[in-house]
Order: sequence, then C-alpha cells, then structure tokens
Amino acid sequence: MDALLEFYLDPRNNLVEQTITFFQLCLIPIALAIVIGVVVGVLVYRSAALSFVAVNASNLIRAVPVLAALFIFVPIFKIGFLPAAVALTLLGIPPVLLNTYVGLRGVDSAAIEAARGMGMTGWQIMTRVQAPLVLPVLAAGVRTAAVQVVATAPLGGLIGAGGYGDYIIDGVNSLNTTEILAGSILVAALAMLVEIGMSWLERRLTPAGLKAQAA
Amino acid sequence: MSKIAFRDITKRFPGARRPAVDSVTFAVPEGSTCMLVGTSGAGKTTLLRMVNRLIEPTSGEIIIDGKNVLTENPIELRRRIGYVIQQIGLFPHMNVAENIRVTAEVAGGWTQRRLDVRVDELLELVGLPPVEYRRRFPRELSGGQQQRVGLARALATDPALLLMDEPFGALDDITRTRMQDELLQIQRNVRKTILFVTHDMDEAFKLGDLIAVLDEGKVAQLGSPVDLLTNPANEFVARLAGADNVMRQLEFLPVSGALDREQTVPFPGWENVPECAPNASLLTAMLKLLETNAPALSVQTGNDSRVGYITLASITSGITKTRNKERQLASERA
Ligand SMILES: Nc1ncnc2c1ncn2[C@@H]1O[C@H](COP(=O)(O)OP(=O)(O)O)[C@@H](O)[C@H]1O
Ligand SMILES: [Mg+2]
Repeated sequence: MDALLEFYLDPRNNLVEQTITFFQLCLIPIALAIVIGVVVGVLVYRSAALSFVAVNASNLIRAVPVLAALFIFVPIFKIGFLPAAVALTLLGIPPVLLNTYVGLRGVDSAAIEAARGMGMTGWQIMTRVQAPLVLPVLAAGVRTAAVQVVATAPLGGLIGAGGYGDYIIDGVNSLNTTEILAGSILVAALAMLVEIGMSWLERRLTPAGLKAQAA
Repeated sequence: MSKIAFRDITKRFPGARRPAVDSVTFAVPEGSTCMLVGTSGAGKTTLLRMVNRLIEPTSGEIIIDGKNVLTENPIELRRRIGYVIQQIGLFPHMNVAENIRVTAEVAGGWTQRRLDVRVDELLELVGLPPVEYRRRFPRELSGGQQQRVGLARALATDPALLLMDEPFGALDDITRTRMQDELLQIQRNVRKTILFVTHDMDEAFKLGDLIAVLDEGKVAQLGSPVDLLTNPANEFVARLAGADNVMRQLEFLPVSGALDREQTVPFPGWENVPECAPNASLLTAMLKLLETNAPALSVQTGNDSRVGYITLASITSGITKTRNKERQLASERA
C-alpha cells in the first residue's frame, strides 16, 4: 500500500497529467460514439435496408479484435493519442447505435400513430414520445460502450496514447509490479465507477410508467 | 348543413391492383354518427385516415365546415379532429392525466389550471373516477379502461369531429357492449359528428344514425339502419345488413311499416287494446302483445289519431316482406 501511495505521489509519475490524458482518451471517444451512434440510429431506423446495413456493420465492428482495431489506424494517424481515440470511438459506436435502433423500434407503433393523429409535429413526437421511451435503452448502450472504452483505453499505451496505460505497459516492461498495480487499480476503479454511475442513470431515466407493476 | 363531405375521393396506393378508395362521394350531417362498414380491406381505414390526412388522397376533395381540408396545414387540421384507434396507443410513460392533457397541450391555448379541470371532467365523462385514475399508468389499466382514456384524450380539445377506427374491436363482448352504451350516452351530451369504422354490423346498427357500406373501395349504399334493412341497394348490402337476421329486423324496423293492412276500424273485441307509437320497434310491439295477451295494438301518435293496428301476424308478414325483397334482389343478380 505504501509503495502504491508513494508511486502516486511521486511527481516523476505525472499522476495529474496522466489522469487528464486518460480521461480525455475515454471521454472524447465516448462522447463521439454517442453522437455518431445516436445520429446514425435515428437516421436508419425507419428504413429496413439502411438498418440492415447499420446493424450488420455494427456487429462486424464488434467482431474486430480490440488490438487489431488499435493498430489498424497507426499507418494512417501514426502513433499517439489520435489513432487510439479513433479506435476507441469505433469500439464505442456499436452498442450505442444498436440500442438506439432497438429502442426506437421498440416504441409502440400505435403510440406513434396516436401522436401523429393528435397533431404532434415530428419534433414533438421525438421529444415527447420517443425520447422518454428510448433514453433508458440508450443509457444501457452507453453504459456498455463506456465500460468497454475505459477498459480498453489502457491498451492505448501500446501506441503511445498516454494515460494510465503508460503505467501498466511501463510496469510490464520493467517488471515493476507496483507500477502495474498502480495503473490497473485506477483503470479498474474507473470502470466500476462508470458501471455504477451509468446503472444509476439508467434507472433514473426509466419512466415510472414503465417500472410500474400492474395493480 | 353537412359537417363533412367526401367529393369524388380516391386513393390509389402505389402498385395496387385497384384503388383502396374509389371515387367516394357522400356527406355526413352535423352531430350525427356515420358508421363505415364493409368487409376487411374494403377501404374503411384508408377513407378515415384521409380525413385527418394521415393518408393523402390521390384525387378528390374532403370538405369540413365548407373548407377543403387538402388546402389546410395537416398538423393544424389534426389538432381540431379527435382520433381514436383500436390499438389505443396511450403513451406508456405518462399517467392517465398526462395522456389526456398532452392532446390539449399540443393543440395549445389551454392554461394549466383549465387543463386540470378539463382532465377531471373528461375522466368523469368516460366513467373513470378522477381521484382513483388520474395518476395511474396505462399498464395499470384494463383494455376497456385504456380505451376510455383513449376516448377522453380524443375529446380533450372538444373537437367537433371525431374519427374512430374500430375503437372497441379488441375488447371482450361485455366490455364492448358497455362501451357502446356509454358512447351513446356521451354522444347524447356532446353531440359530435362521428365517423366510426367497424366491421361489426350489430355495432353499426346500434350506434349509427347513418351507415355507409363500403365494398371494394366504393360506397355500395349510404342510409339509415332502417333504410339498409328495408331498401338494400344490392345483394351485398342485403346480406351485410342481415336480411336473415330476424332479431335485427325486430329491433330496427318500425311498427309503421308492418301494420295490419288498412285496418283502422277495430275488429270486434279490439275496442280496448293497448296503444303503441308508430315509430316504436317491432320488438317493442311484439313484447307488448305477448305481455298483455291482447289480439292487437292500436298504433297511434297522440290521443286518437290512429294509423292502424298491429298484430303478431302483421309483424311476421312485415319481416317476411323484407326478407322476400332480399331474395328477389339475390335472384335478379343470379
Ligand atoms: N399503406 C398502404 N399501402 C398499400 N396498400 C394499402 C395501404 N393501406 C391499405 N392498403 C390497401 O388498401 C386496401 C384497403 O385497406 P384498409 O383501408 O385498411 O381496409 P379496411 O380498413 O376496410 O379493412 C387494402 O387492400 C389494403 O391492402
Ligand atoms: Mg381497418
């Protein structure tokens, strides 16, 4: 424990900078994955052909090994933060896109028909009917994506992206267990925090009417 | 004046063999209920959904209050028309009160306070005590209760025109009958113009002031329930209206059509028989005959303006007459 604390406090280890880098390495891809996943999901869900393409592409991306995804962008973007961020974004898109799609398809078509019939505009249907019903499903997708990104981000250390991955990879190279542990603990703690936080958010976003038990 | 009129309205879906709705022309007077009946695929739903422009007609005009709806903004149009569907489509994340309010909120022009009052009024109207039901979620309601909310929601803005597409079609028999009775009751208070799609002829006869029979997208006949029974335009209408349905004829045919010939002077022994109104149903007359064991009933409006007598025999022949007409129509076609 003391060794760990000492490691964290040692200014040569740049805990603050590495933390900032790691958060950037996680948050930027997660945010981009949400935007891209939701936008594409909304654009394709009405068309059978487009959804077929999007859903299958998502499943294909999911099948690509994480390491391959990480290295595949190196020839394009060289090493560093950028290829890792791009790879992590790609990794985060499928769960967001799939859940957006599934959520939208899951909205009762009769509710949409009723909404149109009472004279809601497309925007009103989206904000008042679809969004509240899709958000909990979307949140579940974001949770999966976020945990995955956080858990995978340390591998960015392999291509010089910085962050906690540096500790782990350094530690492995120099057989320094303290350093390995220091990095792993932070990553694990962060992943769990994300999981817990997002689960809470998911429950918060679930409308009471969907939780209610039949009387 | 007619509330709504279809003028040569046609809808041809892309790639369809024949139009789903084929130059339909008819009008519905203000405050009356017009039932759209016909077999499945006859075009009832298509015709109904063109009124609030959920479907755009291929050609023709739909006139509401003298204005062609096809020149109007569809969103504004829908906000003035109530719409109830069989699948109900309540919003699962909103409670009953919110589900009803949302219609008026979307339409605009309602203060929060007026809306609160309105929601309770409507819940009372559809037979759901507000205190008990306001805060319930759709999942906590039976199918019948959900459709009551569906109706309340459609009435929220007090629209003059109500479109209903088989609203009671998914309910069990007992609930359906009760909802029909209550719709009649409500209609007595609110006097909406209603276009009501159904494939249940009993429902059409029970609720309709007018019945429009659709067949392959065309109007086979437009008339009152009695018109359809006594003067069916063709064999199809005759069969649909139920030429063989003795019970329906008893319920809907008026006494005035089944008088005992021109018998206005009493036979011996008929001097003190009970009275009966000319517009009463044959069923009422028959029950009275059976109950009182009288040989005949004196059919008269006021005190002594007797139009004739009705007997069990004349009731039977009145029904047979209508049934013969159907047979004749059938054989003409054969
Ligand atoms: N959106 C649509 N696209 C193509 N054909 C349709 C569509 N909606 C209805 N139809 C066709 O139009 C005809 C009338 O349908 P509909 O109005 O739903 O009949 P009903 O309500 O009387 O059962 C049917 O043949 C049906 O298949
Ligand atoms: Mg239909």
